[in-house]
Amino acid sequence: MLDDLYQETILDHGRKPRNHRKLPNATHRAEGYNPLCGDRLVLELRVEGERIEDVAFEGCGCAISQASASLLTTEVKGTTTALAVALSQRFRAALTTDETPEGLGELECLLGVRNYANRVKCATLAWHALTSALETGSTVTSE
Amino acid sequence: MIEDRALDRVWLAGVRSQFPALAQTMNGHPLAYLDNAATTQKPEAVIAAVSDYYRSANANVNRGVHTLGQAATVAYEASRATVGRWIGAAAPEEIVFTKGCTEAVNLVAATWGRRNLGKGDVVLLSHAEHHANIVPWQMAADATGAQVQPVAVDEDGLLDLEDLRRHLIEGSVRLLGLKHVCNALGTVQPVAEAVRLAHEHDALVLLDCAQALAHLAMDVHEIGTDFCTMSAHKAYGPMGIGALYGRFELLDALPPYQGGGDMIRSVRFEKSTYADLPNRLEPGTPHVAGAVGFAKALDWLGGIGVEEADKHERRLATLATAGLGEIPGVRIVGKSKVKVGIVSFVADWAHPHDLGTVLDQHGVAVRVGHHCCMPLMERLAVPATVRASFACYNNEGDVDALLAGVAAAHRIFG
Ligand SMILES: Cc1ncc(COP(=O)(O)O)c(C=O)c1O
Repeated sequence: MLDDLYQETILDHGRKPRNHRKLPNATHRAEGYNPLCGDRLVLELRVEGERIEDVAFEGCGCAISQASASLLTTEVKGTTTALAVALSQRFRAALTTDETPEGLGELECLLGVRNYANRVKCATLAWHALTSALETGSTVTSE
Repeated sequence: MIEDRALDRVWLAGVRSQFPALAQTMNGHPLAYLDNAATTQKPEAVIAAVSDYYRSANANVNRGVHTLGQAATVAYEASRATVGRWIGAAAPEEIVFTKGCTEAVNLVAATWGRRNLGKGDVVLLSHAEHHANIVPWQMAADATGAQVQPVAVDEDGLLDLEDLRRHLIEGSVRLLGLKHVCNALGTVQPVAEAVRLAHEHDALVLLDCAQALAHLAMDVHEIGTDFCTMSAHKAYGPMGIGALYGRFELLDALPPYQGGGDMIRSVRFEKSTYADLPNRLEPGTPHVAGAVGFAKALDWLGGIGVEEADKHERRLATLATAGLGEIPGVRIVGKSKVKVGIVSFVADWAHPHDLGTVLDQHGVAVRVGHHCCMPLMERLAVPATVRASFACYNNEGDVDALLAGVAAAHRIFG
C-alpha cells in the first residue's frame, strides 16, 4: 500500500524538486497555504502571450506536496495557460472524484494519494496555486 | 528494579484491558495509540457511566420537582464536587462546567477580560501557548485596547522567568496565561514560580491545565493560580465537557458569559437578574452525561494512581527517546529535564506528514503538525514535528511499533 503512495518518481521529485528556485521576471505569482499542516509554497510563472515560458516554486513541505509542485513545473513549462488550467482541473478532479483520469502523463504517479484522504490536499496545493496565479494572481489556501 | 518492572507489568495489564478501543487492529497491525495528548481513549468505567446516566438517570437539571430530575441534578452537582476535589478547589462553586479548555479560556477572556482590561493593559502569554490560550486574548485585547505580549521560552519550550520578571516590571500586566504542561513538547512549566512572580506584580494567572490533568497531581491552592482550565477528554473522560476553575471572589465578580435559562434568578422585560455561582456562568441545559463521565474518569484515574501513570508514561517516553536517537537523522525537539510522557521529534530525511502516514500504515497513531502552537514552532524554527504522547495504558509494544515505523520510513526516505 505504501509503495503505491511513495512511488520512485515521487521520492525522486520529493528529494530533488525540479525548478525549486526564485523566478526572476515572473509575471504571475500565487501562494499556496495548507492551514492543516502549515505548509506554504510560492509558485511563480513567466508568461509571454499565451505561453508559459518558465515556472518555478519555493517553499518546503512533505514529499507529496514537493513532488507534486516539482512535477507541475515540468508538466506546464512550455505549454499554454489554457492547457495548464485545464490540466490543473483534470488533475484535481482525478484526486477528488471517482472519474477515471485521462491524459495525466507522469502525474499519474500521484494517484496513489487517492487512498489517503487526509493527504489529498498535499498533492493539490501547488495546483490550486497554479490556477489561482493564472486566473487571479492571488494567495490561495488548499481547501 | 526487576521487581519494579514485574509490578509495572501486572499494573499495566490490569489498566490496558479496560480500554476497548485499544483492542482493534489498524491497517493490519495492532493499534499503537500514541496520540494521547490530542485525546485519550476511554475506559469501560467511563463509557458505562455515560451510558448508565442515559439509561437510568436522564432528566433535565435544576428545574422541576420530579424525582428523576432531582437525581440528575444530584449526579451533576456530585460531578462538580469531584472535579473540585481533584484540583483542590475550596468549594464546588469554584468549578464551572464548560465544553472544554477552549471554552473555559474564552469564558474568562470574554467576561473578566472585557470587564477589566483597558487601554495600555497587558496580557502576557508564554511564547509556547496553545492557540486556545492566545486567540481568545487577542479578541479581548481588540475589544478593549489592551495588548497581548509573548514571554520568551527557551529551545525546550521552558518559560524564561527572567523575561517574565522583566515584562511584569515594565508593563501594566493584568494577567499571565500559561500552560502547565506543553502539549507540543511535554515540557512542565515552573508554574508555582511564575504564579508567585505574577502575584508580586498584581497580575492574575490563568493556567491552561489541558495536558496536566491526566499526568500531574494538581492543587490549585498550592500553585496559587487564579484560574485554571481543563478538558475531560484528555484525561480519559468524554469529549465536549471540561471545566474552568476560578477563585470564588473572582468568579463571583464576573458578568454573565452567555444569557439564557438556568443562569437567571428572574427575567422581566425591563431587566433580568442573575443566578448565583456556578449557574450564572452555565446558561442552558448542560452536558450532564459528560460531567458524570468526567467525574468517573477522575475517580478511575485516582484509582490507578496519577503518579504511577505518570511514572510509567515517562519510562516509555525515555525508551522511545533512546530508540529514536539510534535512527540516523532523527532529532528530539524539547529536551527539558522535567517533562511528561511526550516525545516530539523531526527527521532530516522526511517531513513529519510523510512520517505520520508511514506510521499510520504500521498501526501507529501519532500527531504530526504544529500542534496548535504556531508561535512556538516558529520560535523553534521547525514547521512541524511528529509527536508521540503516552497514556497509562501504553506499553513497550507501542514503543517498539513506533520505532519500527520510523525505521521503515527511514528505509523509504532516508
Ligand atoms: C495545552 C492545550 N490547551 C488547550 C487545548 C484545547 O483543548 P480543547 O480542544 O479540548 O478545548 C489543548 C488541546 O489540544 C491543549 O493541548
